[in-house]
Amino acid sequence: MKHLLSVDDLGPEGIEEVMGLTDSFVEVSARSIPKVPALRGRTVVSLFYEESTRTRLSFEAAAKRLSADTMNFSVGSSSVSKGESLRDTVVTIEAMGVDAVVVRHSSAGVPAQVARWVDASVVNAGDGWHEHPTQALLDCYTLRQHLGSLDCRRIAIVGDVKHSRVARSDVAAFARLGAEVILVAPPTLLPPSLAGWPVEVSHDLDAVLPKLDAVILLRMQQERQHEALVPSLREYTATYGLTSRRAALLPEAAVVMHPGPMNRGVEIAADVADLDCSVITRQVANGVAVRMAVLFLLLGAG
Amino acid sequence: MSGVTGLLLRGGTVVDQTGSRRADVAVAGGRIQAVGEDLDDGGRGARVLDAGGCLVAPGLVDLHAHLRQPGHEEAETIETGSRAAALGGYTAVVAMPNTDPPIDAASVVRDVQELARGALCAVVPAGAITVGRAGTRLAPMAEMAALGVRLFTDDGSGVQDSRLMRRALEYASGLGVTLAQHCEDGGLAAGGHLHEGEWSSRLGIPGVPAEAEELMVARDIALARLTGAGMHFLHLSTAGSVALVRQAKAAGIAVTAEAAPHHFTLTAAAAAGYDPVFKVNPPLRTDADVGAVRLGLADGTIDAIATDHAPHPPEAKDAPFDQAPPGMLGLETSLALSLALELPAPDVLGLLSWRPAAVAGLGDEHGGPVAPGRPAHLCVVDPSATWVVRPERLASRSRNTPYAGRTLTGRVRHTVFAGEAVVIDGQAQR
Repeated sequence: MKHLLSVDDLGPEGIEEVMGLTDSFVEVSARSIPKVPALRGRTVVSLFYEESTRTRLSFEAAAKRLSADTMNFSVGSSSVSKGESLRDTVVTIEAMGVDAVVVRHSSAGVPAQVARWVDASVVNAGDGWHEHPTQALLDCYTLRQHLGSLDCRRIAIVGDVKHSRVARSDVAAFARLGAEVILVAPPTLLPPSLAGWPVEVSHDLDAVLPKLDAVILLRMQQERQHEALVPSLREYTATYGLTSRRAALLPEAAVVMHPGPMNRGVEIAADVADLDCSVITRQVANGVAVRMAVLFLLLGAG
Repeated sequence: MSGVTGLLLRGGTVVDQTGSRRADVAVAGGRIQAVGEDLDDGGRGARVLDAGGCLVAPGLVDLHAHLRQPGHEEAETIETGSRAAALGGYTAVVAMPNTDPPIDAASVVRDVQELARGALCAVVPAGAITVGRAGTRLAPMAEMAALGVRLFTDDGSGVQDSRLMRRALEYASGLGVTLAQHCEDGGLAAGGHLHEGEWSSRLGIPGVPAEAEELMVARDIALARLTGAGMHFLHLSTAGSVALVRQAKAAGIAVTAEAAPHHFTLTAAAAAGYDPVFKVNPPLRTDADVGAVRLGLADGTIDAIATDHAPHPPEAKDAPFDQAPPGMLGLETSLALSLALELPAPDVLGLLSWRPAAVAGLGDEHGGPVAPGRPAHLCVVDPSATWVVRPERLASRSRNTPYAGRTLTGRVRHTVFAGEAVVIDGQAQR
């Protein structure tokens, strides 16, 4: 595997391979000096065209724990309009000598375009509404920690699936590991076509919750009400928010996840995010080890 | 220099609206002098061009090309665009008015007509329906019509205001000119970059539903009925649009329609790799839509194949998919793609030549027939020649063909414009 642009790039065995590698890097991360020389002399550049805190820091930590050199290229979207094309920027950076480019962009498909222009490996750190494969991998890893295998597990993804790169990657990864995925959202927040998606759809969260092994809440953005996708955030919370009452409908062993950043009080009630069944901070912790596994998989062999 | 010594197109099969026959064609003084078997050059020293194995047809007529001049000469000029057209077999091209400034006034029409002198084909400007193509008040259509403009459109967007469109149709009917609509309901299409459906959903790209086009096709059919004015639909791309036009024609409403080769050869799946070269407006649609467009071409619902040739320089297409401008090259590939339709060659040439000539009001000068006394605008095409599309070898100033690397069958051997052989053996002569 040269690039990680989407979950499908991992192939049938790829997710398992990442999970196995992640186990060892979780162990590394627990050491007093959480660092291995696996990628010494390699350079990883972060090319973030969109604001991100946790993903950028997580990749940076992962690269550093593997002893790679790191460079950071943060671009406000305004600099795109200053004239330098995306392609020129990318080619310029590669000329500095890099082995991997971690790309975050508000436009879907940019990592795939970058991969056509450079020789370095490209990791998709989130592209528009398209995919966020390392988030899906860390979600898989976190779910395995709590549920064991994902085979035949029932996982609901609740909320703004239409605009969610996390949802697209999660669906692909969970389905590959044998889970049953249910999308729960108003029709306006679902993609126009679900042809080929291995999912069920529901508009009734209360009916779905008692059957679940895990529920993933997606971030609900303010602007969706201005686009008339929902009448108001208040109504969204009333129908699709994970309130304390709804959280009580979950089976005891079920877990609650959120890719962050959370809108407490909108898609998830403040106290639900802090319940024992909520594994949201575990997701963040696992993120570093999963990204170490991905970088190692792409660069380690060479 | 045109026709001083004359030309003799020897050994081909003449195809025009009157039928097909083996015949040589003699050209002099910018006109066809003789059509018949075994013509000799009469000792006049005519240049003999081999047409063996070729179809000799009236020059092709494109209803829809963006030649970008004035204003976007980095993408194309009338010179480079007309060279691409000549290499594609065209002898007349309607130049869309979304230039900078737009062709929305007599002065700009004159500028374009001036620039078109010396082009390798006839470049006929279309005028804008509304001032600045802004969709708020009518452009001075009568002044532009007085300079010969016969087709008016705000192409790039549709006229959204139904009341204004009604007035435009009524006004145009008094001038004997035709309005052409880019059918797209702006509200429904807003923010979309790809056909809304399976691929847009999977790729996470905001979509444009087929209904955005169909709503305006349906509205304009209603307005054509209301006003009695004829109108033309640009680049139909959906099965629903084709069905609407078919019904309208059956009801006797005076509408015509065109389709672009990319809408009968490519689908949204082509954009799977996010290459903006596959971004176009209207967007590439589904297999069912491609099938419906092909059927519409076969059964006469669609009157013409038009290229929607839309050059953009590489730097514009090296942008994220949702930021790149829509549009693809078409002039140099349309004939081969059209010949690949499972239609008789005379039908294909009709869709590319005499039928669009009639829509554009150019029938007196362009689109044949190939007969003595007619203007000598001809294309000689070898229907069995294969070639590989190489973007860097195209005559267009831009490179954004969606067919790069494809092997196509059917190639222009010679093009004769106003009696001058502007393309000989596949090479532009100037």
